[in-house]
Amino acid sequence: MPLTHLDKLEAEAIYIFREVAAECERPVMLYSIGKDSSVMLHLALKAFYPEKPPFPFLHIDTSWKFHEMIEFRDRRAKELGINMLVHRNEAAIAQGINPFDHGAAYTDIMKTQALRDALTQYQFTAAFGGGRRDEEKSRAKERIFSFRNEHHAWDPKNQRPEMWKLYNTRINKGESMRVFPISNWTEKDIWQYIRRENIEIVPLYFAAERPVVYRDGNIIMVDDDRMRLFPGEKPQMKKVRFRTLGCYPLTGGVESEADTLDAVIAETLAAVTSERTSRVIDNEEAGSMERRKREGYF
Amino acid sequence: MSNAENGLLKFITCGSVDDGKSTLIGHILYDSKLLYTDQEQALVLDSQVGSRGGKIDYSLLLDGLMAEREQGITIDVAYRYFTTDRRSFIVADTPGHEEYTRNMAVGASFADLAVILVDASQGVLVQTRRHARICALMGIRYFVFAVNKMDLIGYDEKRFLEISGEIGKLRAELGLENAVIIPVSATEGDNVTQHSGKMAWYRGETLLEHLETVDISGGAPESGFYMPVQRVCRPDHSFRGFQGQIETGKVAVGDLLTALPSGEAALVKSIHIADKQSENAALGQSVTIQLDREVDVSRGCVLARNAELKTAKSFSATLLWMDDQKLVPGKDYWIKLGTKLLPAIVTGIRHKVDVNSGALLSASSVTKNEIVRCEIVLSEPAVLDEFRLHKTLGELILIDRVTHATAACGVIEAAGDGKRDGVFLRDGSDKLKINLFDHFYYHADVHTVLRHSPSPVTYAKGDALPLQSGAFEYPADFDLASDFGFANIRGGVFAGFGPRECRYPLLDANGIELETNPPRDFGKYRRVMVWEKDYEI
Repeated sequence: MPLTHLDKLEAEAIYIFREVAAECERPVMLYSIGKDSSVMLHLALKAFYPEKPPFPFLHIDTSWKFHEMIEFRDRRAKELGINMLVHRNEAAIAQGINPFDHGAAYTDIMKTQALRDALTQYQFTAAFGGGRRDEEKSRAKERIFSFRNEHHAWDPKNQRPEMWKLYNTRINKGESMRVFPISNWTEKDIWQYIRRENIEIVPLYFAAERPVVYRDGNIIMVDDDRMRLFPGEKPQMKKVRFRTLGCYPLTGGVESEADTLDAVIAETLAAVTSERTSRVIDNEEAGSMERRKREGYF
Repeated sequence: MSNAENGLLKFITCGSVDDGKSTLIGHILYDSKLLYTDQEQALVLDSQVGSRGGKIDYSLLLDGLMAEREQGITIDVAYRYFTTDRRSFIVADTPGHEEYTRNMAVGASFADLAVILVDASQGVLVQTRRHARICALMGIRYFVFAVNKMDLIGYDEKRFLEISGEIGKLRAELGLENAVIIPVSATEGDNVTQHSGKMAWYRGETLLEHLETVDISGGAPESGFYMPVQRVCRPDHSFRGFQGQIETGKVAVGDLLTALPSGEAALVKSIHIADKQSENAALGQSVTIQLDREVDVSRGCVLARNAELKTAKSFSATLLWMDDQKLVPGKDYWIKLGTKLLPAIVTGIRHKVDVNSGALLSASSVTKNEIVRCEIVLSEPAVLDEFRLHKTLGELILIDRVTHATAACGVIEAAGDGKRDGVFLRDGSDKLKINLFDHFYYHADVHTVLRHSPSPVTYAKGDALPLQSGAFEYPADFDLASDFGFANIRGGVFAGFGPRECRYPLLDANGIELETNPPRDFGKYRRVMVWEKDYEI
């Protein structure tokens, strides 16, 4: 029987995981707690079975993630017995850097800079990420094995040629690779795979009554008392779910009745706006994602 | 699910600069209602400042890098994913500029089918021919030539037929078996997803119809079973599994496999497909295989059955050179073959291929974007095969050992016993491969003596041999040792295989005199010359 589309994507991802484990000195998997990370973790467990994945997992914690995400992260790591490293930019947190006052600089300091620091501190030579080429135009151009210089920067104009599945993992000291095993998956593939494999995801993906405010066309959840409300803004209970997960003040939800996996998938496949519109940072300007990646963002 | 009906199609668009590749794909996505509304709004907004005077510029959907938008060109390959009612697609939109040929080759190595655009107002250009040649080299077997910008030539059938004639010649030259030609206008949408009212003379399929229905499963499957080993999985002393992806055929518990290159045989004890135990597995699956006994297997080895793979230390290959630094014969590169990474040198450049005409050119240096046929020698024997027989073990990349750049990609043309090209002496059905006429050069840059082989030729009984040159000077009469007795050279002519005549010298096929005591004198009949040509490091 010929392999299905999902079977082929799974086999390709597993091949990539194994190549990295075999050829790269100190790999790590970036774990963002989102659904793509859940799929990545699932694939990593499958790729090395009956061994545990031969590398640690790393979460860059901005301190503004949804509480349910952190609970989910800690519980899954414990259940699976995997090594979950958590890295935060403690200096910036102590300075009070926050998503309300510091805009674009917030993402740079709490995510990009924290990630660079963590990779340097642990001297990882290869980091798996869950980026997909269907997400955004600069990602659509990126190689599966994406070279980063000693400043963790991506040079989009001078990428290494990547032929067939002969990946070139050679690097000099200080340089590193970002590796994207699910580059060729679409959002639809991710959801169908989650259903087929019965993969557990954070409950925030399912519609539930949650306290939210409406701001600049986005629905923002009031996840704790650090949320700054504008004059006249009052949290109200609405049945919402989230299509992507990140820092709660920067993540827009959608009103929805979809509280089961099938309902979420049905809604997603009928969607008329692309996934990243609900991630507030990408709307800033054309090329914003590319700029971040050149600076070392994942 | 209806869109699974015809399976996934991975294709690329290529062709010369401004032939409209990005516009064509943008138009398919737009017409097929495959854009989300926010992407569509962004497209309309971006187009207002673009070069189409406020009309929608479909190429903006694909040219995603800032530098690409600034310069209005495609620099690197972009992947797009879309699904129609009939099929799922991944399209790699590739750059047309010669400067970015290697990025186009990246897309070609990924695809099953190539859509090659030809500008109807210009016909088949050098870059069109270059791209078609590289697609064929990388193993693409299905082609669509989309003659674009038909609107600019008034939808003229006569001109279309002229261009079709040019394409027909190119097709014959490259031996493309499966190719169709479709007249389109990517900006206006004629014959892209809808039949055009302006070209009633064209009765074939639209481009999208063709892509939705073309069958790419043709051709004979590769023989046997093989799996290059990626890693050995050893969670505890009771389990030792070999992990890899099956490249052809199938395997079942109880099958007898051969571990290459050691040649040891063992039975399959268990198979896991990912994390699930299974009785059997097949092509495309990532598996973990346990064998019933200890065999010498590590990363880079291959488990095989009836695949007739070769274990060889040297082979000839066609390379696409991709690095800014020139190819340096004799310099150590890393080569990646299957899952094996090992040192290799290019020992001889046989010839370059003119990308335009396909003519074979003599080569004294090889620069970026050139196609070259050469000999490669590995630091140790590795498992490999000719690309046409077993694709995955016939693909290679060369990596610069200092910069780590991917310097070249290529395919193995001839290896092992099947290596039919070279210089031969033939007498009836007996053929002896000889290396008498190779040139040896000292390359000062790499402090190494390298061998350059002459073009392949076979000398029959009675043919005169070129025994004298600047590089060698053989006597007119001598014998060559072989498995069929002795090759008799008499009066400068190959006189056939016969008995040994002791008054003449006895040489081996490399031109070294036998029946003398070691150390043997390499320089008795041949000279090492100093390489004076313009290779550069």
